[in-house]
Amino acid sequence: MPADSADTTDAADTTVAVGETTSRKEVATAALADVAREPGAAKPDPVLVADGIVRRFGGLTAVNVDHVEVQRGAITALIGPNGAGKTTFFNLLTGFDKPDDGTWSFNERPLNGVPPFRVARMGMVRTFQLTKVLSKLTVIENMRLGATGQRGERLFFGLIPPLWRSQERDITARADDLLARFNLDSKRAEFAGSLSGGQRKLLEMARALMVEPELVMLDEPMAGVNPALTQSLLGHVKDLREQGMTVLFVEHDMDMVRDISDWVIVMAQGAVIAEGPPLEVMSDQRVIDAYLGAHHDLSLAEVAAEEGIDAPELLGTHDSTPSPKDAS
Amino acid sequence: MDWGFIFTASVSYALGALTVAYCLAAIGLNLQFGYTGLLNFGQAAFLASAGYGMAVMVTTFELSFWVGITVGLLATLALALLLGLPTLRLRADYLAIVTIAAAEVVRLVVRSVKFKETLGGSDGLQQFANRFYELSPLSDGFGINFGPFLFSNQELWVMIVGWSLVALFSLITFLLARSPWGRILKGIREDEDAVRSLGKNVYWYKMQALMLGAMMAGFGGFIIGIFFNAVSPDIYATALTFAIYTILILGGAARVAGPILGAILFGFLFQFVNVTLSEAVNADYITFLDSSQTAQIRLVLVGAGLMLLMIYRPQGILGDRREIALDAR
Repeated sequence: MPADSADTTDAADTTVAVGETTSRKEVATAALADVAREPGAAKPDPVLVADGIVRRFGGLTAVNVDHVEVQRGAITALIGPNGAGKTTFFNLLTGFDKPDDGTWSFNERPLNGVPPFRVARMGMVRTFQLTKVLSKLTVIENMRLGATGQRGERLFFGLIPPLWRSQERDITARADDLLARFNLDSKRAEFAGSLSGGQRKLLEMARALMVEPELVMLDEPMAGVNPALTQSLLGHVKDLREQGMTVLFVEHDMDMVRDISDWVIVMAQGAVIAEGPPLEVMSDQRVIDAYLGAHHDLSLAEVAAEEGIDAPELLGTHDSTPSPKDAS
Repeated sequence: MDWGFIFTASVSYALGALTVAYCLAAIGLNLQFGYTGLLNFGQAAFLASAGYGMAVMVTTFELSFWVGITVGLLATLALALLLGLPTLRLRADYLAIVTIAAAEVVRLVVRSVKFKETLGGSDGLQQFANRFYELSPLSDGFGINFGPFLFSNQELWVMIVGWSLVALFSLITFLLARSPWGRILKGIREDEDAVRSLGKNVYWYKMQALMLGAMMAGFGGFIIGIFFNAVSPDIYATALTFAIYTILILGGAARVAGPILGAILFGFLFQFVNVTLSEAVNADYITFLDSSQTAQIRLVLVGAGLMLLMIYRPQGILGDRREIALDAR
């Protein structure tokens, strides 16, 4: 009964995995237990620290973060309504955009003015909201590209294959392992452009891991991914923590945030407005206000009464036009 | 109409010195545009800087031919560096604008009256390649016949050296395209931010591709100069750059053999149209043209051909549609 035995092995694997998950998750949870639930709270072992980051686009201040720390070995979610400045903040941290003011450091090494490629080499690797697979390269070539410190990437070494062939073999072996883990091994030789949206997200994440990062920054890893694949992606993100990596991710899907994150940072209008473990943050009044508006549970008439204005004026309607309520 | 003559004239041209020069320039452009995606529309300027670097040293300053070659290469690399430093930070389309303008600047400077003493003005410079022909192992004489094809000793010597360079540069391209270095170039062509996020210094790789491609094109500039034993500014007009693009796209961008096939086919068709038209005019088959107009007609046809290629077969003869940077539709 091969099927049965396979099932048992699976079950055993899962138990082990769950056991590990719990342990790593517990470590992260314990480390964060005593951290103050307030914006800019100090963490026991921060891997990334940002101070006074300001980015203006003309008259608009897109990001204005006083202080924020990211705990090592934990999964931290960065959430906030559309236009809160999450992606801009990501770009600033990784060197893809330059802030007007502020300092930030990774492993206590300052990152001011460090170009993006060097940030990546230091161990801080990001993915993009709009997936950037190199569509006219094959999946395996995409993966190989991620490996750092390749001898053959120097012009004159590249000309002489024996100088880089053995390293290429090691890289390919590592790439194949990752592809197998991400269930992309069957697509190995296909052009990355032929992958589905979800597979592209997987490939981008796997490729980022080829850099062997310490901190993985995922910009909306679930955007446009079908529900079936979401579960597997979630598993992969948790897996990163199990392997000792730190994860910072931007996400809109609250279920996912609740499920996998150890700590949540909430941004609104460019600033950090709340921090805390997922469940506590989601019941925080400031967060609910930011997402739904301060008056989300009042009718417009009540708001108007509170603010002392006429309801029709607020609605922008005239007396002659019936309100939607009347119409129904 | 002597079809035998038309055919041999076209084939001779398609294997001759000028085709070799265009081919070398296209190999360089293949590295820049085909693999890296750099829209360099100033390739003519790199040929000019090499050709003029050589000619000025030998004719104006009366230094040796080898000093000329060295200075020509250095001038080409310097121009690539000068152009690349500010422009490689720009998006692809802006790079195209800047390079096409820079190429015109180079051409107008070398033909200016102000520098006539050094650069020869619109007449250009002559008689600097004699040393090259002295090196020829071919015996003196009027030429050598290969079946119906006749090449002068001088052109044959240029062809031998030129096609050897084509072989060498194609080998280099072949090795580089398969190396991790070439993989980064292809990655940059697809999405440079993605490559950046993986820890690669994109700017420096683009600079390397631009300089290496410029150097290969520089050898094309030497070949043109040596073959005519003269350089003149108007050879290096933008039409030259577009001919090189046509060659590359015809053969297939991002393919090692693309520029070779493209150059031979382009040379053949270019000359075939020219000779056929002038034969037809001479034989009074065509009465609405005179023989001085046929050379212009073929340029019109080059433009039309480039348009048709871009619309119907942007991957060229050897290319793989899924793989090329061109998406006209």
